Amino acid sequence: MITKSLLTIEQVNEIALDTFEMKLKATVSLDEVEPGQFIHIRIGNDNAHQLRRPISIADLDKPKQMMTIVFKVVGTGTETLAQANVGDKLDILLPCGTGYPIDKLEVQKALLIGGGIGVPPLYYLAKQLVQKGVEVIVILGFQSKEYVFYEEKFASLGVCHVVTNDGSYGSKGFVTNVIQEQSPTFDYYFSCGPTPMLRAVSQTLSDKKGYLSLEERMGCGVGTCFACVIPTPESSTSYKKVCQDGPVFEADEVIL
Amino acid sequence: MNNLAVELPGLSLKNPIMPASGCFGFGREYSKFYDLNKLGAIMIKAATKEARFGNATPRVAETASGMLNAIGLQNPGVEKILAEEVPFLMQYATPVIANVAGSTIEEYEAVAEAISRSSNIAAIELNISCPNVKEGGVQFGTDPTLASEVTRRVKAKSNVPVYVKLSPNVTDIVEIAKAVEAAGADGLSMINTLTGMQIDLHKRKPVLANKIGGMSGPALKPIAIRMIYQVRQQVSIPIIGMGGITSAEDVLEFLLAGASAVAVGTANFQNPFICPEIIDALPGVLEKCGFSSVEDAIGKGHEHATADISGA
Repeated sequence: MITKSLLTIEQVNEIALDTFEMKLKATVSLDEVEPGQFIHIRIGNDNAHQLRRPISIADLDKPKQMMTIVFKVVGTGTETLAQANVGDKLDILLPCGTGYPIDKLEVQKALLIGGGIGVPPLYYLAKQLVQKGVEVIVILGFQSKEYVFYEEKFASLGVCHVVTNDGSYGSKGFVTNVIQEQSPTFDYYFSCGPTPMLRAVSQTLSDKKGYLSLEERMGCGVGTCFACVIPTPESSTSYKKVCQDGPVFEADEVIL
Repeated sequence: MNNLAVELPGLSLKNPIMPASGCFGFGREYSKFYDLNKLGAIMIKAATKEARFGNATPRVAETASGMLNAIGLQNPGVEKILAEEVPFLMQYATPVIANVAGSTIEEYEAVAEAISRSSNIAAIELNISCPNVKEGGVQFGTDPTLASEVTRRVKAKSNVPVYVKLSPNVTDIVEIAKAVEAAGADGLSMINTLTGMQIDLHKRKPVLANKIGGMSGPALKPIAIRMIYQVRQQVSIPIIGMGGITSAEDVLEFLLAGASAVAVGTANFQNPFICPEIIDALPGVLEKCGFSSVEDAIGKGHEHATADISGA
């Protein structure tokens, strides 16, 4: 069940260009939070920002009630969030959405494909998979060298390929180029990133089973406002809500 | 004695606070945050005759102290709403107001007739002001003749009182308000969103896929207050006020302008508990400002009015 609570900021670090990692201490239990879920953060405490910002969960330490989020500054809301100080409290809704259903899957080997600010939720997912004895292969795509983050963290969990669009770090191109070059074997793939990347990934891996985590502008974040819907194949009016039914979907469940 | 209660056509409200249509779905999600019995009423999401998918995404964008939306009346159609959504709300002793939308007068009539036959619907909010659909919607709300015609015909089909939701996207809202009052409207709800646009500097195109959206939130409040104030001076049917309410102080301001009850919209997104928090704070704010009840405050902002504010 989603609740509103306050998280205390314990650390803020700029870990790549415009990219911030925040470590947050919860006063409520995080035990039920699943990989792929997100928190919906109020920006400031006045009327300046009316919409919360959905930020995915990058890591959890459940016994210590600690959460890590990573976000990119893309506008005034995330800029305000990045300027928050250690000790400040964030008003959040938690846990939002439906995550990666890894406990229900028979998986020995998984391919994780992240693009840009879609990378963070894959880190907690990778940790959970490795803990279950799953072998992980990771492909991380970024615009260029200065945006790269979390490479070492993923490399400690499995084979990690980094690709940049301009070739300034790792190989040059897109995550789909790496998939084609490496043609890795795996049972399931898990991907998170911008919609054009997810579309390319799901087309490249159309014969494989996989899950996609979608990025979309949200309003309420809890399923009432219909801002973040995505069409589904059943009919011309069928849909899923990214905030509530997702952000994680089976690759063939939604029309990208 | 309950000093928050308000009596309106079809609506016995224990307090004047209700979530606005489109900002509360059909109540299920927010019922997990608090007991919906707390609310004065609930305005459910718009119904059309057939299911509508709505517009492409992005459908929302934040603006300074506000937001734009272009959802496009996504809903499962009136029959599914009656079968699958309305029954859920029956466990609550809170009146439900159904928002009725359409592309043609015939569609408005059909939806109003179907939904008002449900014993669970206390009143209709006639949506002649949605800015986000290509056909119908706002065109009925910007032309006094069409507004009058759709109001008269929906009134003839409806089993429950009809509150006509007015658009602020007009030069003279008083003219529209008078027209729907003359056509038999039981009340008004005002204001719907004001049309706006935001352009992405990097993509060099409007942020919303629909390009234009409806603006809501606190930035809109002075416009809503002004329009309610003007309409109150020339129209006698009750007004449900809305537009950027985020506090009990805002509610009192709407009451003073002439609203008899209010709806809270965008603020639900910032704070899911905003409606019950406002309800809890309202008695104290009324008392601080010298009012013994909600009824006592309605229209009291007009007593010192001398200047002509007709807008003409």
